[in-house]
Amino acid sequence: MLAKRPIPKVPPKSRLAVFKFSSCDGCQLSLLNLEEHLLELVDAVEVAYFLEARRRELPPPYDVGLVEGSISTPHEAQRIRQVRRDCRYLVAIGACASSGGIQALRNWADIGEFVGAVYPNPQYIRTLDTATPIAAHVFVDFELRGCPVNHAQLLELVSALLVGRRPNVPTSSLCLECKRRGLPCVLVTHGQPCLGPAVQAGCGALCPACNRGCYGCFGPMEQPNLNSLGDRFLELGASHRQIKHLLRMFNAYQEPFKQASDHHERLEQQK
Amino acid sequence: MSQTNASNQKYFLPRAGLEPLVRILRQRGYTVLAPTRRDEIISLAPVESADQIARGVHDHQDGGRYRLTQADPEIMFEYVLGADSPKRYLFPPELPLVELRVRGNRFVPTSQPPAIAQYAFLGIRACELAAIKVQDRVFGHAGQDTLCADAAEYYRRTRRQALVIAVNCTRPGGTCFCASMGTGPAATEGFDLSLTELRDGFLLTVGSQAGAALCAELEIRAPTSTEEGLAEMKLAAARSHMQRHLDTRGLKERLEQTIDDPNWERVAARCLSCGNCTMVCPTCFCFTVSDSSGLTDGVYGRTRRWESCFSHQFSYVAGSGPVRSTIAARYRHWLRHKLCTWWDQFGVSGCVGCGRCITWCPVGIDLTEEASRLGRHVPGAGVVPIPKAGGTKEALP
Ligand code: SF4
Ligand code: SF4
Ligand code: SF4
Ligand code: SF4
Repeated sequence: MLAKRPIPKVPPKSRLAVFKFSSCDGCQLSLLNLEEHLLELVDAVEVAYFLEARRRELPPPYDVGLVEGSISTPHEAQRIRQVRRDCRYLVAIGACASSGGIQALRNWADIGEFVGAVYPNPQYIRTLDTATPIAAHVFVDFELRGCPVNHAQLLELVSALLVGRRPNVPTSSLCLECKRRGLPCVLVTHGQPCLGPAVQAGCGALCPACNRGCYGCFGPMEQPNLNSLGDRFLELGASHRQIKHLLRMFNAYQEPFKQASDHHERLEQQK
Repeated sequence: MSQTNASNQKYFLPRAGLEPLVRILRQRGYTVLAPTRRDEIISLAPVESADQIARGVHDHQDGGRYRLTQADPEIMFEYVLGADSPKRYLFPPELPLVELRVRGNRFVPTSQPPAIAQYAFLGIRACELAAIKVQDRVFGHAGQDTLCADAAEYYRRTRRQALVIAVNCTRPGGTCFCASMGTGPAATEGFDLSLTELRDGFLLTVGSQAGAALCAELEIRAPTSTEEGLAEMKLAAARSHMQRHLDTRGLKERLEQTIDDPNWERVAARCLSCGNCTMVCPTCFCFTVSDSSGLTDGVYGRTRRWESCFSHQFSYVAGSGPVRSTIAARYRHWLRHKLCTWWDQFGVSGCVGCGRCITWCPVGIDLTEEASRLGRHVPGAGVVPIPKAGGTKEALP
């Protein structure tokens, strides 16, 4: 007979921290928008640091750090290093944190000009020339894509980390989700450019469900073939300029989108 | 659906007889699934009345292109089904398999087995019947061995109580090649009743005891020889109007020799690896099973979902990483599974010639065209091997 084992002590709740860098707060809002699941979440974890939700700040270390936003100032580049040291798991959430976000469009332009145009006293502005994803600065354990992140994926992430299993976040194409839902393909039935065949699943095919093409807020999927998809868009009547703009949105600075948009920009200028 | 071809007795069912047919089926507890017009596609969906069945519409299909146009408002079935086939109902895209709760120090199953609907498929085509027969071999039916015992129970039970009223194709779709695959355009087996549409009604053929029993309640009469002749002519015309062909003579043997064919690289330059072809294929059976756990409720679940061999993650094998790392390797696996290795695995072709993978491919890759090119290069005259993995930047986990 087995010896009676002592009943293990209930482990202290995992400590969750949420950090904001250059971003619009939409992904943090997605957390607050979890509605009935929000109560479950605060039951399941100790919300130790989440300035958008509560004033109380508990000191590090944290078990899970969710990071929203990209790195666009010297101060942020410093702070993310400390955040990394403070968190056991660091998860970049959303397009800004995983690709640089909309603000990464500055990476193709002269930041000095923007600052001069926007601020009356540009000499007080301390900013970097580029906006870059978290993973360009520190090691990231996991990324959740999307602008904003998807509720179900957020819950899946936290639930998985709590029990120590791998989050079930597919990296395959949006088309798989679209077809599982039985939606009419907007590309095939309307000839609309849809980035779905090159974009990572996760949103549940929101845009095709509203009869419009996917504009890629979940970023490139595993091994996207943007050459072929771009050729198809051209056949459907899109211009190089339109294709460039489609790719240079939320995830413009993700390498496959960046390369493809540069390619269409070159062809646009050759014309 | 009964396996026996009871009588092949023929009748004439007037147009007005379709409504009572739907009513009788519903009275007998069937969910009637028929082609309906949904947005811009013909989609197989539950109907409560024959009025909801799509009519007066033609489909125009080509590689990566699908459009509907208005046609003679009286005529019902001059289109083929859109992206969805009966697969969606027999092998649903998402199926919860089990739910467990923690009670004390053990898991207790708390879910009921999923409810099994009684489906009557009305208006599905010969290729779809052939595809059902193919999936029967995968998931098991009528005593056949199964590939995946537990998950297949849903398939077997749904399948056993389904009723099939097929429609013969008088106007094949633009990407169909069922005549080449020997599966259409007319249904020869696997149905309870079949209909061939004529101007004022349908030539009805009985295919099973259950079909014969249904006939007893329908307003039917014996067909005239003109009606029978007309139906024959329409089907012969459909056969000769088929716009795509695949020469199947020696095809399997030819494809066996294509591991290093340079054409895989050529098609991989176009293929997006998006998986649309496998989602819409009525015989593709791949799925993934994933577990979930609630945050605090102590509920754990397991769900089955359609998956695709075009998904890189899906070819990931513990200990060795992805076994098909390039798009060329994945396209090769797909085409050869459909037309070659399916024979070794199940003793039939994995392709029934429905043309869906051609229409719903965003870049219009045509399986018939690719298959006819393969294995025709001269050996020794510059074979391009499929490149090894590596160099591709992958997304985080
Ligand atoms: S609508 Fe877009 S995401 Fe959906 S199947 Fe078509 S291409 Fe893919
Ligand atoms: S491989 Fe293509 S044509 Fe053949 S059955 Fe599948 S979808 Fe239809
Ligand atoms: S072709 Fe691919 S998705 Fe279809 S059954 Fe074969 S391996 Fe599965
Ligand atoms: S053949 Fe077409 S539908 Fe299939 S994965 Fe390639 S691009 Fe997608």
